[in-house]
Amino acid sequence: MSTINKHGLLIIREIEPLLPGNVSNIKDRIVSGIYRQAEDISAQAVRTESSYQASLETKLDGILTSRWLGFPIMLFLLTLVLWITITGANYPSQLLASGLFWIEKQLLNLFVTSGAPSWLTGVLILGMYRSLAWVVSVMLPPMAIFFPLFTLLEDLGYLPRVAFNMDNLFRRAGAHGKQCLTMCMGFGCNAAGVTSCRIIDSPRERLIAILTNTFSICNGRFPTLISLATIFMGTLVARAFSSTLATLAVVAIIMMGILTTLLVSYLLSRTLLQGVPSFFVLELPPFRKPQLGQILIRSLLDRTLFVLWRAVVIAAPAGALTWILANSFVADTSIFALIAGWLDPLGQLMGMDGIILIAFLLGLPANEIFLPILIMGYLSAGSMLELDSLNALRTLLLDHGWTWITALCVMLFSLLHFPCGTTLYTIFKETRSARWTIMAALIPLALGILVTLIVNQGARIINCFSAGFSG
Amino acid sequence: MVIPNSLSLIDIPVGDSARVVNILTIGANRRRLLDLGLVPGSRVEVIRRSPAGNPTAYLIKGTLIALRNEDARQILVDTN
Amino acid sequence: MIKTASLPVHGQEATKNFVIALAGNPNVGKSTVFNRLTGLKQHTGNWPGKTVTRAEGTFFHRNRHYTLVDLPGTYSLHASSTDEQVARDFICFARPDLTLVVCDATCLERNLNLVLQILEITDRVVLCVNLMDEAKRKGFRVDIDMLTHKLGIPVVGTAARSGRGLSRLKNVLDDMVAGKIVTTPQQVVYDPELETSINEIAKRLTPYLPDWINSRWAALRLLERDYSVLDHITDNKNKNYSPRILKKEVALCLQ
Ligand SMILES: Nc1nc2c(ncn2[C@@H]2O[C@H](COP(=O)(O)OP(=O)(O)OP(=O)(O)O)[C@@H](O)[C@H]2O)c(=O)[nH]1
Ligand SMILES: [Mg+2]
Repeated sequence: MSTINKHGLLIIREIEPLLPGNVSNIKDRIVSGIYRQAEDISAQAVRTESSYQASLETKLDGILTSRWLGFPIMLFLLTLVLWITITGANYPSQLLASGLFWIEKQLLNLFVTSGAPSWLTGVLILGMYRSLAWVVSVMLPPMAIFFPLFTLLEDLGYLPRVAFNMDNLFRRAGAHGKQCLTMCMGFGCNAAGVTSCRIIDSPRERLIAILTNTFSICNGRFPTLISLATIFMGTLVARAFSSTLATLAVVAIIMMGILTTLLVSYLLSRTLLQGVPSFFVLELPPFRKPQLGQILIRSLLDRTLFVLWRAVVIAAPAGALTWILANSFVADTSIFALIAGWLDPLGQLMGMDGIILIAFLLGLPANEIFLPILIMGYLSAGSMLELDSLNALRTLLLDHGWTWITALCVMLFSLLHFPCGTTLYTIFKETRSARWTIMAALIPLALGILVTLIVNQGARIINCFSAGFSG
Repeated sequence: MVIPNSLSLIDIPVGDSARVVNILTIGANRRRLLDLGLVPGSRVEVIRRSPAGNPTAYLIKGTLIALRNEDARQILVDTN
Repeated sequence: MIKTASLPVHGQEATKNFVIALAGNPNVGKSTVFNRLTGLKQHTGNWPGKTVTRAEGTFFHRNRHYTLVDLPGTYSLHASSTDEQVARDFICFARPDLTLVVCDATCLERNLNLVLQILEITDRVVLCVNLMDEAKRKGFRVDIDMLTHKLGIPVVGTAARSGRGLSRLKNVLDDMVAGKIVTTPQQVVYDPELETSINEIAKRLTPYLPDWINSRWAALRLLERDYSVLDHITDNKNKNYSPRILKKEVALCLQ
């Protein structure tokens, strides 16, 4: 009322007696009046010429949302998309890596022969160029495959069907069914996912969707998961099945993310964000034939290159910074090693180590640079000088004491830690609240520490037992 | 005034259609339902239920729209 | 734009930037139309709610500059959600030079609900009946001439994805801003009792309303107890009321 000015108040006083008493009745009559007219006009302007047989579309819709097949199909499509991504990205990634690291060698040669100072060579080549090369070769192929596939499903009209299937779970969690759509957007990029939460009207449910969006694995984290899954899970079985097993590992992590979303939504809606589920309306648009050419161009040019560019812009300085940290010494120990040393006890408890935690921390600006920083951290610890393939990466990680437990904990912590800087900034913009922004970082972080602790200690106990039995 | 023992939208089996008689929802949500075309007198066809039986998809003025069952319960209909 | 001496400049016309609001139901192809007209690459997707942020783009046609504003999709303008409020406030209070309403040819009735509401606010409206290809495939024939006649505004049929009808749409937009088209928008006729109240209230409101607010529309909002329209009310005799003084007086009134 405070916004109404004096004349407004006068008018209200003058007009109030003229207003009929039953407001809801008036609103109904207004809407009915408009619809009557709309019906009248459309009856005259639209002619049904041939009776349209929507049978195929209806059947497809019936199958995609059917009682028995709805959920299996969702799971199957998710697995299929990831399998194509992982299998398809494998070879181009190797190719890119060998190409880019061949260039690195040439650049190194050039720098050495031209007599450049070694710190300059270090910062530019071993810092900046190397992390760029890793970001490009690890990220580009999976994204160039994942984005078009995802856009294909989006253009077809499949996403609202997923929301339709999943709504019951979200309803029970006290959340909004459209949260599912915002999660789908989060698979591309969490910042975009957080913005898309605007489709949820109820402030309470929108906040729940915003706070849990980070549990959708974004494209900055997919490549890390894919690489680690390929290296550690993939090698547990014969080569022919390795990408299948890697896919299943990634699918399992995604499923865990979805479960976490539901669980955290449930807890939030019963504690900090109490309230009854609000009104839910979801339009299910007709299936549309996707425009393949358009999808390919748009998702490659706009999304892939955009995300890659962002990664590159952040990776280059981060790489340089990491190199400097790793090569500045305080009494014989590099600053990097010093910090790693502090963090190591915590890291060990969580099944990881200090360098891994640093990589997560320095990865705050963008999750994409986690892997390059990790590699640089290990390389500066001096075990090997060249690293030009996933195989070499595997050796490097094994050399630093990694086991499948380490890989599992890293994958879990990648799912459950603070959202990246861009996402946090977006959360702040959307909620206009520092408190909720901090919560958005603390909730997943606390969960991540808890889960990795439990998994690590549990795995150790199992290891002890099995060692005891065999010994 | 509510007609006793009248049907609500969730009582209509999948595949059948009904005519909206009254909406019991109040406030902004009532407005939302009206805006979707659920005005008294308009026809609604029940198309399908989601795997868990809730929500349900209805064909309302040419568009497929999903409503949760507790919201649909507030929409009174008759079947002729 | 670079102006040279040899270029004839027709007063303000040539430099004026015409603002066009792009409104419509969710998922009818607003962003696709937007991309086609401006050459930009707003994301589109086959689900309602793809666009949540307001996008702006410009284009140049027949010597005129246009700024196109892609609004979030809404079913109505009753301000029951933030999106609807944003769309309504833009169309009503930001006073675009034109409002381009995009609608879905396959379910015209639902879309006309929004069109008729917009016509209550402004008469500077062009209707774009999109998805004509889909309607055809589904066996509907939409009579564009009949719609033009019934609604009293220019109507253009398009298939934005393939670009069909868009050059005609641009020409119609241009004719509108050039004043070559006079619209006679169809007004909704409510039940007699409601009509009496609307007319009575509108009559009393008129002296207070700025001339760009439709008094019939304002009366309807008051009838449903939506008082936000009163924020824009001025005393006709003293149009430049300073907000500071206003606030003081309001405080006095509320005491
Ligand atoms: N067949 C056909 N499809 C179209 C046409 N115009 C748009 N589409 C498709 O319709 C879907 C929705 O288009 P958008 O432009 O995203 O719709 P919007 O109105 O901006 O949607 P919101 O932002 O969600 O309100 C997309 O999949 C488009 O490719 C058309 O003329 N014909
Ligand atoms: Mg859009």
